[in-house]
Amino acid sequence: MDPEARKVVEIGYGGNERLIMNMGPQHPSAHGVFRALLVLEGETVVAVDAVIGYLHRCHEKLGETLTYVQYPSIASKTDYVAAMTSELAYVSAVEKVGKFEVPKRAQYLRVLVAELQRVASHCLWLGTWCLDMGGALGGGATVFLYCMREREAILDLFEALTGARLLYGFHQIGGTRYDLPAGWAEKARRTVDVIEQRIGEYEAMLEDNAFFLIRTQGVGVVSRELAEDVGLSGPLIRGSGVEYDVRRAEPYSSYGDFDFKVPVETAGDCYARYRVRMQEFRESIKIVRQALDGLPEGAISSRPGVKSVGQVRVPKGEGYARVEGARGEVGCYVISDGGPKPYRMKWRGASFSNLAILPHIIPGHKVADVVAIMGSVDPVFGEVDR
Amino acid sequence: MSVPPAVSMFIAAFILLNAIVGVVTYITLLERKFAARMQSRIGPYYVGWPHGWLQPIADAVKLMIKEDIVPAPADRAVYNLAPLVFLVPCMLVFATIPFAPGLGVADLNIGVLFFLAVSALEIVGLFMGGWGSNNKYALLSAMRAVNQIISYDLPFIFAALVPVLLTGSMQMSAIVGAQHGLAGWFVLYPVIGQLAFVAYLIAALAAENRVPFDILEAESELIAGFRVEYSGMKFALIQLGEYAHMLGTSFLGALLFLGGWLGPGPAWLGPIWFLLKAVFVFLILTWVRWSFVRIRVDQILAISWKLLLPATVVLLLATGFVVAAGGGRGL
Repeated sequence: MDPEARKVVEIGYGGNERLIMNMGPQHPSAHGVFRALLVLEGETVVAVDAVIGYLHRCHEKLGETLTYVQYPSIASKTDYVAAMTSELAYVSAVEKVGKFEVPKRAQYLRVLVAELQRVASHCLWLGTWCLDMGGALGGGATVFLYCMREREAILDLFEALTGARLLYGFHQIGGTRYDLPAGWAEKARRTVDVIEQRIGEYEAMLEDNAFFLIRTQGVGVVSRELAEDVGLSGPLIRGSGVEYDVRRAEPYSSYGDFDFKVPVETAGDCYARYRVRMQEFRESIKIVRQALDGLPEGAISSRPGVKSVGQVRVPKGEGYARVEGARGEVGCYVISDGGPKPYRMKWRGASFSNLAILPHIIPGHKVADVVAIMGSVDPVFGEVDR
Repeated sequence: MSVPPAVSMFIAAFILLNAIVGVVTYITLLERKFAARMQSRIGPYYVGWPHGWLQPIADAVKLMIKEDIVPAPADRAVYNLAPLVFLVPCMLVFATIPFAPGLGVADLNIGVLFFLAVSALEIVGLFMGGWGSNNKYALLSAMRAVNQIISYDLPFIFAALVPVLLTGSMQMSAIVGAQHGLAGWFVLYPVIGQLAFVAYLIAALAAENRVPFDILEAESELIAGFRVEYSGMKFALIQLGEYAHMLGTSFLGALLFLGGWLGPGPAWLGPIWFLLKAVFVFLILTWVRWSFVRIRVDQILAISWKLLLPATVVLLLATGFVVAAGGGRGL
């Protein structure tokens, strides 16, 4: 071997020399473009350095250059796996600043799509997480394909509703852009019935599987204190025993009308986070049914149709709105100077804050656990980098 | 017309080798179709009507005409040799397998020993590939390979020795000869037979690096493990070796536990019965592969050394007692 090449291999016979391994940004389990620099001793990770920013698209600057009418369809591109809730955060913030009324029907429609979106997003999470642990050529791929099948059904619903499958532009300031088409409610009911039954099948498939349990139980434990210190939200903090859910803590969009549980697990490991999300599937489906049953009649927007993009003007002021996205608290801060565009806009991405937990919990685990932990955090890099 | 033994042996080996390559190519299609059925997909469909039966040929041709890349920092000699060193033992194991009475290359009197010894050699090729690539992922994978295959060869051998002990011979044809009648199959031998078969399947999964024991490949952690740098024909050789090894293990399992070529019907149906049983074993392994998640390297070693190895040793001892008490062929 030539001496130049020999430098590359840093691992030695003693087993205590260190190897620096680069995971990402192009890596099968990077969940987008995440780069983790792992320092290994043998198979054990002793340090991890997380590098983000590969998907930065100047979202906050875009928010300043686009009008209030234009930006919601861009807002869906922050967390593109749960576009409905990203849009909702932005329009809620603007409505707060401008004190726009939102009709009851629009509020229910918002809840309806947000919960369907949560189910779709959790489907993708379960599939990709199992893909990380089980391999593209193994049982993981089987779960992945089952989950994609369910997600497709929801995307079909969204397509019937908005004409788009990934980035919807469903919300607008003062209400929603579209009303339910004929027959949609029946179709939605049938879809969630099927999904609810399939969720039970996945639980049976995974929770009776000893290999799945030993890969997830006791792996990546986040203590309650650590979760609160780092500022986790969503299923991660609920997996560590903190009952925190924006829908409950600060009900928005009529969430107070709905009867649902906030699932909490105390173990704080990957399995607890899995359990939280599996229960959220069922709770979301429950909310979808309630929203369909109790959908009030009336207008879907408090504002007349928009004829020009500069038509919505928001009085001077500032405000912050937060919603419970599939990954946690999604917040949006808007400062208005009275024009058709925000003066300044700031995102609070759930994935970005959740990702900060990785350096705290990964060291001490094996390389194989790194992908299991990363998958259980469920980051979406559109939301991390924005 | 008499043919010298060396020539007839050569002809037999030539036919067998080509037959194996053919079967291996098509067993990939079988696995893909089987996996697709499990995952509510269709699988290969468009290349060759009906149901993509030309897909394996297309894959092979694609791999043959792909560019062969040798990474600059690789250890060229080791890197280039590794696929061959890996493939040869995987193919060599077929030499001792008789497909029907008298239909095989060499029915050695130590056939099982030869099979086990030669199939254990594949680790050399794996490690050469991982080391020669001079890639961190490949190196980690090679280290895992050595750990795993050494751990699982022992339970594999012990499980395979149970039928040998029950027969009292290491000759493959003699082992099949001892399983006459449906109740004579060693998998139906009370308690011992079933346990040994299960142990054999588990160890076979690990020896073949299949999910849930595919930590060598582990594409979500180590991209593709020891073969991450291989492309084109060298990659094809490694794939071929892997599937050939899997097929060989399936044949051995069918021979040791499922009565080899024995089955109803005329004698010429023997090889077909044998192939069907081997495919059955292969499909069990495939079924496991497509329903489990991968486990971690420390857990794999723990399962082997703390569970499977003691269990197979006890099983072997129990078989020994049974055979001694029965004065030959068990009770």
